[in-house]
Amino acid sequence: MLRAELRGAGPIAVDADLAVERGRCLALAGPSGAGKTSVLRAIAGLARPREGSVACGEAVWLDTRRGIDLAPDRRRVGMVFQDHALFDHMSAWRNVAYPLIDVPKAHRRERAVELLERLGVGDRADAPPAELSGGERQRVALARALARDPDVLLLDEPLASLDARTRTHAAALLAATLRDADVPAVLVTHDFAEAAQLADEVAVLAGGMIVQRGTAGELAARPASAFVADFTGAVVLTGTADGTTIHIDGGGEVTVAEPASGPVAITLHPWDVTLDAPAAAATGSARNRLPARVASVTAVGSRVRVGLDAAQPLVAEVTPEAVAALGLAPGREVAAVFKASALRVVAR
Amino acid sequence: MTERLFPYAVAAATAVAVAFLALPVVAIFTHSSPGRLVSALGDASARDALRLSLETAAIAVAIVVLVGTPAAWLLATRRFPGRTLVITLVELPLVLPPAVAGLALLVAFGPDGLVGGGLEDAGIVLPLHTAAVVVALVFVAAPFHLRQAQAAFASLDPGPLEASRTLGAGPARTFLRVAVPAARGGLVTGAALALARALGEFGATLMFAGSLRGVTRTASLAIYDRFGTDIDGALALSAVLVAAAAALLVTVRLVGERRAAR
Repeated sequence: MLRAELRGAGPIAVDADLAVERGRCLALAGPSGAGKTSVLRAIAGLARPREGSVACGEAVWLDTRRGIDLAPDRRRVGMVFQDHALFDHMSAWRNVAYPLIDVPKAHRRERAVELLERLGVGDRADAPPAELSGGERQRVALARALARDPDVLLLDEPLASLDARTRTHAAALLAATLRDADVPAVLVTHDFAEAAQLADEVAVLAGGMIVQRGTAGELAARPASAFVADFTGAVVLTGTADGTTIHIDGGGEVTVAEPASGPVAITLHPWDVTLDAPAAAATGSARNRLPARVASVTAVGSRVRVGLDAAQPLVAEVTPEAVAALGLAPGREVAAVFKASALRVVAR
Repeated sequence: MTERLFPYAVAAATAVAVAFLALPVVAIFTHSSPGRLVSALGDASARDALRLSLETAAIAVAIVVLVGTPAAWLLATRRFPGRTLVITLVELPLVLPPAVAGLALLVAFGPDGLVGGGLEDAGIVLPLHTAAVVVALVFVAAPFHLRQAQAAFASLDPGPLEASRTLGAGPARTFLRVAVPAARGGLVTGAALALARALGEFGATLMFAGSLRGVTRTASLAIYDRFGTDIDGALALSAVLVAAAAALLVTVRLVGERRAAR
């Protein structure tokens, strides 16, 4: 269990309280300048908040009232930096072996290579960071953070420096690693879809404050403000894939364009979701229809965001005309309609 | 008209500059025959002077690197009141005329100097001893290394340094295992420049340490000592110093290129 209460950390006026259970991942999401990284650095001890406390399990790392402020090296954190911050003058395995000072010298390489193998880059153990691809660098950085056997994992935009193709794969690997690590994890990202994919819970930060906290689905379906509604952007549904059919967790089925298997997350944009009267007949085989109940109706600019309660929360973005035509108001039964081709499937 | 002549003007200026700067160096090797240069080096006093130069310069640079590198790290990474003043003070010897430097050392560490009396009571007498040469060399050469090392440390990416701390390494291990290796290019350049300055040092050594054969008479002092009486001997020592300086320059250049290639 990680608990942090922070006031005024770093250059941004942070005011954030957070608690993360073992084995859970909290995403701090928000636009740049929202104070996400400041919170992460304060937990790691790289920045000192004006006031606050950080505790991990029984260990108190920071308590300004009691004058406790442990140096970063005395806090058992595993941190993955945005640009990975590898030691360029050391080979990949030496990077991973860096925190292994308690391991006898003769066994360090073995242990480091083992960690690299677990992340699928065992064959790159002797390569200097300059010769690694972006995806490989990310894995080495992750292996190095895990090598310390941390009590908390801190990830600063771990996927931001990767290209789109590498990212899907890296995200799946990261999700699996977080599951295996069984420690509290805090992930910083400016991308809501990434937060939804990797984290159990998302805290949206703006101006150093947590403006809303919940599962990605809850935030998308019931944004507390237009800011959160705008930030959430995409809708995320989790389920299990069987070819082009996805069994949505909580009930219902949707058809996707690309076949997949196993646990997946599907994302779609609210503007790809249209609303229909529940009784209307299905039009075309490529269209998915999910029964839903309107939870909220929020005007965002010239469009209207409609939060929906279904098997999993959904969001549709429609025109004011459609709201009027369907008489959309909280509690109204509708059908959410979207094309198979509008869905993006990612392994979970 | 101007446009047409410009390429020729540039070429002519370059030719004049290269000729003027290279000619005296070439002259050292052509003024007398190579055989006479080599035989002049066989002279015991010449070898004494060269040995003394190399020894004192090596010791001075070792002191400069060992003390100067951590000091440069602190100056580059910490912000404290009076920091600019401290940096100016440690860089001052860089622009001090050598005669002034020698006099300053004498009134500081000499028998009647600021701390010289205390040193004398402790049994340490510097002037006319080899240790005085080392003191003079450290004084004039240290700023070269301090400047380079400071710049190298200041330009380090803070990411790996912070990563080191989050990986359980304290400030000392972070400095030795991450900062120094990452800044090694700048540190080598700084040490090479300090060594070049130490090998060429003349004025401060002469005024502070004197010119005793085998004790304080370094190669530069020996050249001055014999150029009135033994021009071949002076030239032979000069040739050796030119070769050493050229080797250092090439080292700095190569290190710089390797850094640029990364």
